Amino acid sequence: MEKEAILILEDGTRYKGRSFGYEKSVSGELVFYTAMTGYPESLSDPSYKGQILVPTFPLIGNYGVPGDETVNGISKFYESDRIQCSALVIAQYSAEYSHWDSAKSLGEWLKKWEVPGIYGIDTRALTKRLREKGAMLGKIVFGDEDIPFYDPNKDNLVAQVSCPEIKHYGNGKYKVLMVDCGMKNNILRCLLDYNVQIKRVPWNYDFSGEDYDGLFISNGPGDPAMCTETIANIRKALQQDKPIMGICLGNQLLALAAGAKTYKLKYGHRGHNQTVRIPGTHKCFVTSQNHGFAIDDSTLPADWERMFENLNDGTNEGIKHKSKPFFSTQFHPEASSGPTDTGNLFGMFVENMIEHSKK
Amino acid sequence: MEDVKRVLVLGSGALKIGQSGEFDYSGSQALKALREDGKFTILINPNVATVQTSEGVADAIYYLPITPAFVEKVIQKEKPDGIMLAFGGQTALNCGVELYKSGILEKYGIKVLGTPVQAIINTEDRELFADMMHSINVKTPRSEAVNNMDEALKVVKEIGYPVIVRAAYTLGGLGSGFCSNDEELKKVAASAFSYSPQILVEESLKGWKEIEYEVVRDRYDNCITVCNMENFDPLGIHTGESVVVAPSQTLSDHEYHKLRRIAIDIIRHVGIVGECNVQYALDPNSDDYRVIEVNARLSRSSALASKATGYPLAFVAAKLGLGYGLDEIPNSVTKVTSACFEPALDYVVCKIPRWDLGKFEGVSRLIGSSMKSVGEIMSIGRTFEEAIQKGMRMIGQGLHGFVCNNVHVPDIEAELVNPTDRRLPAIELAFTQGYTVDKLHELTRIDKWFLCRLANIHNIKEQLAGAGSLEKVSEDLLREAKCMGFSDYQIGKICIAADKMNPHEKQAAVRKYRKGLGILPVVKQIDTLAGEYPAFTNYLYITYNGTENDVQFEQDGNSVIVLGSGAYRIGSSVEFDWCGVAAVKKIQEMGYRAVMINYNPETVSTDYDTCDRLFFDELTLERVLDICDMEAPKGVIVSTGGQIPNNLALLLDHEGINILGTSAKSIDMAEDRQKFSEMCDSLGIDQPRWKELTSMDDIWSFVDEVGLPVLIRPSYVLSGAAMRVVSDRAELETALNNAAVVSQEHPVVVTEFLQRAKEVEIDAVAQNGVIKCYAISEHIEFAGVHSGDATVVFPAQKLYYETIRQIKKISKKIAGALNISGPFNIQFLAKENSIKVIECNLRASRSFPFVSKITKFNFIGMATEIMLGREVEPFGKTFADIDYVGVKCSQFSFARLLKADPILGVDMASTGEVACIGDNYHEALLKSMISVGTRVPSKEKGILLSSGPTKSKIDLLDAARILDDYGYKIYATSGTARFLEENGVKVQEVLHWPDSDEKPNVIDYMRGGKIDLAINIPKNNTARELQNGYQIRRTAVDFNIPLITNARQASAFIYAFCKIGVDGLAIKRIDEYV
Repeated sequence: MEKEAILILEDGTRYKGRSFGYEKSVSGELVFYTAMTGYPESLSDPSYKGQILVPTFPLIGNYGVPGDETVNGISKFYESDRIQCSALVIAQYSAEYSHWDSAKSLGEWLKKWEVPGIYGIDTRALTKRLREKGAMLGKIVFGDEDIPFYDPNKDNLVAQVSCPEIKHYGNGKYKVLMVDCGMKNNILRCLLDYNVQIKRVPWNYDFSGEDYDGLFISNGPGDPAMCTETIANIRKALQQDKPIMGICLGNQLLALAAGAKTYKLKYGHRGHNQTVRIPGTHKCFVTSQNHGFAIDDSTLPADWERMFENLNDGTNEGIKHKSKPFFSTQFHPEASSGPTDTGNLFGMFVENMIEHSKK
Repeated sequence: MEDVKRVLVLGSGALKIGQSGEFDYSGSQALKALREDGKFTILINPNVATVQTSEGVADAIYYLPITPAFVEKVIQKEKPDGIMLAFGGQTALNCGVELYKSGILEKYGIKVLGTPVQAIINTEDRELFADMMHSINVKTPRSEAVNNMDEALKVVKEIGYPVIVRAAYTLGGLGSGFCSNDEELKKVAASAFSYSPQILVEESLKGWKEIEYEVVRDRYDNCITVCNMENFDPLGIHTGESVVVAPSQTLSDHEYHKLRRIAIDIIRHVGIVGECNVQYALDPNSDDYRVIEVNARLSRSSALASKATGYPLAFVAAKLGLGYGLDEIPNSVTKVTSACFEPALDYVVCKIPRWDLGKFEGVSRLIGSSMKSVGEIMSIGRTFEEAIQKGMRMIGQGLHGFVCNNVHVPDIEAELVNPTDRRLPAIELAFTQGYTVDKLHELTRIDKWFLCRLANIHNIKEQLAGAGSLEKVSEDLLREAKCMGFSDYQIGKICIAADKMNPHEKQAAVRKYRKGLGILPVVKQIDTLAGEYPAFTNYLYITYNGTENDVQFEQDGNSVIVLGSGAYRIGSSVEFDWCGVAAVKKIQEMGYRAVMINYNPETVSTDYDTCDRLFFDELTLERVLDICDMEAPKGVIVSTGGQIPNNLALLLDHEGINILGTSAKSIDMAEDRQKFSEMCDSLGIDQPRWKELTSMDDIWSFVDEVGLPVLIRPSYVLSGAAMRVVSDRAELETALNNAAVVSQEHPVVVTEFLQRAKEVEIDAVAQNGVIKCYAISEHIEFAGVHSGDATVVFPAQKLYYETIRQIKKISKKIAGALNISGPFNIQFLAKENSIKVIECNLRASRSFPFVSKITKFNFIGMATEIMLGREVEPFGKTFADIDYVGVKCSQFSFARLLKADPILGVDMASTGEVACIGDNYHEALLKSMISVGTRVPSKEKGILLSSGPTKSKIDLLDAARILDDYGYKIYATSGTARFLEENGVKVQEVLHWPDSDEKPNVIDYMRGGKIDLAINIPKNNTARELQNGYQIRRTAVDFNIPLITNARQASAFIYAFCKIGVDGLAIKRIDEYV
């Protein structure tokens, strides 16, 4: 039988589980997500850096994980080139998997990247605890190998997951400058469906002198306030009129650059079923989300406005500039994993570049 | 918002295969949504057993046929300005489409709320639908009609092998086949052309996964998918015949969202406002797909999706029909979030069909592309293993889970390749015989993930067996087994030696041992959001895969548990759902907490709005005890859910659970044939003579004593050897000897059978042995037709006062002797004022909703008050005061059951019922028979009389004369024709038997559309007559010709349509009668 491991929460709660991944003690911030599919995408999503992931869906591993093929220099299936989260905590693990494009089991994949995974946990009870007490630090302990709690939000996680050097993709007409704060690959895939070329730069790269048609600020992990250099760079871009689009952390960074404030949500939004609405209309979209911080709307400067709002709790889901082609979303229009209903926002960004280039 | 004030909702009529109780649930939800908005609601539904036709659910209720003619009359009377068509299944949809096409809706200025009718038409027509899909680049299965072999070969070049060839215009798949190369194609196509000049060549999607999405769209074009579901069985097995799992388990995120995206594209393009269901085939080896079907209405799947997710699809769809946006409707579980979201599940559900194929003579047990199941269950777990094992217990066919069953499968491999209703047990047998997952996948095409899970259950069984004894099973293994859905019964059977204890003692021993180790289940909520938001939901299930309860129990003795009725099956259906809901309502009204346990997704009782706490879980002793441990209830009601709870009464009582109402000992006394007989003897109550016998010699001597015919009831039933009446010695011998069903272990009960006896029923409620209310009804058919199939009249119209007096006396005696406190039903035979008791049930019967609604006095309400200890006053009205009549008719589903002989006997075969009210008997009968599809024949066509034995011929003579007088054309088979003509009735033409070469032949006339009503009274005589009779009956069913097989029912129907006629039927709301 598999090795036993204990999940210990900051508040002292303990859950006994069994290991199906790499066997080492690890600590991080515990977060739950409610998506029922997409564990290969989520585990490789850099936004989960430093976090211990708790899917609320109990059966995980059913369809294995896909292979490592790449298309145009981008992984065909994954959102980055490795597992990003610190550990995975689930209810029930399927060691036997079944899918035509699977290459190995989830357990094997976790072992490859030395990431622990434990099963046999009452993830619903754990989720309710996180919901009531807020996101919490936690650790998975094997045997006597106890370790201290670790709060990833105190580190600059973006610096850890951003690309170390500049990369180019595509050869279309419009030049996108992509600030990689922990970018998901599907943002590249979505943009490359259009007539664009992408220059992907590290999170703190000063692009103010660059020649580009549109600026893209990617998603990423942690507290946006850590990215002071990125915010400063964006602030310069705001002086110009070139189109800007941001996603998730990118949304928060754009807001901070514009002068608004962000705050940490009690337990964040993570899942595939969050609905956003265009303010003042009945127009709604089901979105994929993964964030622990949000923009405080009341601090938005006068020339900015809400673009989307969360239907359930009213929090900000996106902002736009009242006159310039700047917008960003808190949710993930690139999906992967999750619903694809807002994928046309990439088209809107490209349209903005086309419009702008005509000027 | 739609500007409507009066909304007409069409129900679905009687339950039948393919259209069951789910529409009671949908309709009830829609009516709730409408009334919440202040609309005046008008419901047409003759299904008397439903919750939606209860007082207070709609403002005006009509028990009338759901046909355009009747609906138009209701429209003229009620003047609705809106109509909803999506909540009454295909019946309502078809009726609505006809009303639209004939311009009636426009004529009366009625707005169709929700999806426009044209959109419905577009999805119903195969070609229009395919074109529409192709216009938005959505793939549908490729299919071409060809007229010769060359064309067939050419088409295959485009489609590619494998293909399926079907002969056009044939029934039951004659001449169809699967081809993987030219050679096979030539062979199959040649055969198909011999049946039909045109054949269809279709691409074969054999082995593809079948996936469904439930999609919702509002007027603002917001779209959500509420649930997706994956069929355990691959394509080729109707989704109604498949085990279905929600959410999908083997789809990657890419596949899930690709199909989701397409579903949304489709709903937008079709223009649905409300809900629809999209069915896909998905290639197991790529992400290629085909759209198989779109249902532009609430469906069985949508009811399942509602229960699986907690998202009230029908309620929301009705609100959207009124013009709300999804974002304007609150999530009814959380109250704080919106209905515009997609539920996240943190559990897995399994739907398993319930078949009753053993009830039908001649029907094939193979499952395939047409639906044969009569009900379904939904099980919930946090592992697939837990859910499937629970589910297999829930279907109520004697299975104990995936393992530990006594199912005989003669040829496992054949069963795996061509599945029957025994598919799941066959897979377990295959594991036992060493089949691997790979081999099973090859044979069944079931995804390996599911097979691995099943293998896991099998492996745990082996581990348990390996332990040697219960005490040697490790705590970890025992816990693991419980997490994988093993019941204490299964564990006892595996771990405790057979000779040590009986199964119940074993189960109790495991329970005690397990509780000693602290291995206990927990309660979890279904909250639509996987715990993300606090939910005060009372929608619960029980699992061993957890460490913490979601809810705290008051344990204040104010909970009253009502046991539900489980899967719908022949003999136990929506009527018990009505009873359960009625009990719950009364419990709440009396200030108690009503707790429901049930697992049938097609019911209103499993709507979490209905009760204070809903346990969507098993009705087994183990689970009910678990729930009693948690609730510490005041008591348990076992008398409103049919036979399943009734059977638990004694077991629960043994465990010290308080059974409310009539004692478990009395229930046992009525259930145990021997004890009941002794009691009747001591009370001087007559019963037909019967004996339980274990050898043929004993049977012969008993038959010599009582005479033939006799009713035989084998306790061990092989297919076709069920309960039946036998009229001669040869038949008796064949029935019992050939099947070798008599033995010491398997006795046969033989009962004397009274011919031409009336059957009478009393439905009553008593308190401390004193009857407080009762209803006496009579059957139109003579005894010999199961009471569930018979046509029932209430109040009884043609009984002697003496008969009624005796029935009351006997009922009083029985109620007193059994000290009944609660509902009960007794069935009697009456012949020349000699009254015999044939059955007594100390529970609500199938006819409780019928008599409650006809009298407008809720029998269950009173019974519940009594069970909760309140002193009640007797119901004052006597039935002589009722100046109208109710007639209940049965609905049969023979059309779905290929080859089944549509004949009525002592075993029940009907799948549903209706009841209508009239100012007189014939009016009620005519409405009721039309409601189950017995069209009034046209005078242009003819009526076939084939009237069987002499006595039936005489019974039908008057009716035949009336037909003649009213100018109907009578066709008859030779014997009948001779008899009629001898008696001065004109016969249009004498038709030859099906097996004769002479013309005119009866079958040709039926197929040729010359016959509009077939009356065939079976005659149990020579094999030739049986075969001929069967062919006539089956042809009638296959060609949609109304068929009547009982002389008394036929006479009554003929009298009614001749003397009263459809135009003479009053269009009245229930409350205009009652």
